[in-house]
Amino acid sequence: MIKLPSAQDLILKLENQIKLILDDSTCLIGIPTGGHLIIKQLCKNLGGDLNYGLIDGSFYRDDLDISGVKIKEKTSNINFDIENKKIILIDDVFYTGRTIRAAINELFDYGRPKEILLFVLVDRVKNELPIKPTYSAYELNNDKGDYINLVEERNILSFEVKNIGR
Amino acid sequence: MADNFQVTKDGKLEHLLSIDGLSKEIIIDIFNMAESFLKIGSRDVKKVPLLRGKTVCNLFFENSTRTRTTFEIAAKRLSADVINLDIPTSSQSKGESILDTVNNLIAMGADIFVIRHGIPKTPEIIAKAVNNDVHIINGGDGNHAHPTQGLLDSFTIRRFKKEFSNLKVAVVGDIKHSRVARSEVCALSTLGVPEIRVIGPDNLMPDDLDHLNLIHFNDLNKGLKDVDVIMMLRLQKERMEDGDIPSEEDYFKQFGLKREHLRIAHPDAIIMHPGPINRGIEIESEVADCKQSVILSQVTFGIAIRMAVMTMLVSKKL
Repeated sequence: MIKLPSAQDLILKLENQIKLILDDSTCLIGIPTGGHLIIKQLCKNLGGDLNYGLIDGSFYRDDLDISGVKIKEKTSNINFDIENKKIILIDDVFYTGRTIRAAINELFDYGRPKEILLFVLVDRVKNELPIKPTYSAYELNNDKGDYINLVEERNILSFEVKNIGR
Repeated sequence: MADNFQVTKDGKLEHLLSIDGLSKEIIIDIFNMAESFLKIGSRDVKKVPLLRGKTVCNLFFENSTRTRTTFEIAAKRLSADVINLDIPTSSQSKGESILDTVNNLIAMGADIFVIRHGIPKTPEIIAKAVNNDVHIINGGDGNHAHPTQGLLDSFTIRRFKKEFSNLKVAVVGDIKHSRVARSEVCALSTLGVPEIRVIGPDNLMPDDLDHLNLIHFNDLNKGLKDVDVIMMLRLQKERMEDGDIPSEEDYFKQFGLKREHLRIAHPDAIIMHPGPINRGIEIESEVADCKQSVILSQVTFGIAIRMAVMTMLVSKKL
């Protein structure tokens, strides 16, 4: 089973990187469920002036007849205008790139942002599409295909790793 | 009892023919998915690409405005192509059988059929005859079922009342001949509503009242006492010609929902009606437009419910 650094440390690294590029037009948009958990934490430290939102992308995926539509507790929720904004998309784990492709597609149905950046905690470096994170707090190079997920337990975030025998 | 072939062994929805036979879990899944689609309906861009490349055929052998239009909007918001067959001018009028019409449309690449027909179980017969990758939705069949109406009505109740387990619901009107009433009652009992009352004249009540666990009232004032939800049904004027109902005036006097009835029901009771409304026959005009009326929300929610049903038919089981 793979070993990952502590999720809290990676979130701190991510937060510091975000601070370097924050400006008036920056909006943070998380991808549920992991991205939502990270955003909740970032909200506390980065302050309330920033625009925060969620983008789910489930209805924009390309695998309806392979994986079906997942009904999530947290779905897209963007209550601000994204026109000409700098959007930082936030997710826990970057894997094939398909989730991000779907999220970007959906984002464009809300408006035309000036730029979209992607910040993740872990990059599994298995791109199936020409999409790369702008910043990843950790690169996982010897990926065994395990299931990796950010979870919250008593307000503490940690990685859940499951061997699914791929 | 509908055959359960509308749901596969592993619980995937293949067709939607009747609420009878659907588990509470499937209904809740449909509701949860509809919640997400409601949010899409409030965006500037109200479309998602889920059913891109799929074709939905509306086959309505009976008149419909709301149901056909909301199915069409639902399919279009999912990016499907929609074909509305104009039955009076189609080859049906030249004597083609329904199954031949359906098979021709399948040969043209149709994926989902929404079928409304005056003869009960017509959609079921077609569902049994088509291949696995074609899905049938019952848009209303005779006095048998109107499952998407039953789903959207119970979804409306969930949105306004949150829980089903503490509700008193009254359905008012011609229960015997109403496919809407049957589907509503079936959905509400599956969802765990403890008290369902039916209010109307004796001769418009179904024979299987006890079996359905319904409490019958033939006095509107008594039946509406403390109810949380009032579901009015359209008075089917064609029934009047059969002599089941004396006159519109008499009916309104006895069973028309009026302002004074709202004092008998729970103060927060919601008023529902599947449409089209006959103002001054089953409901007083002022009541149809009052604050407690959620009739237009039903229409909006109907789109989200139909989007959810179509998505679940096409989507692989999770």
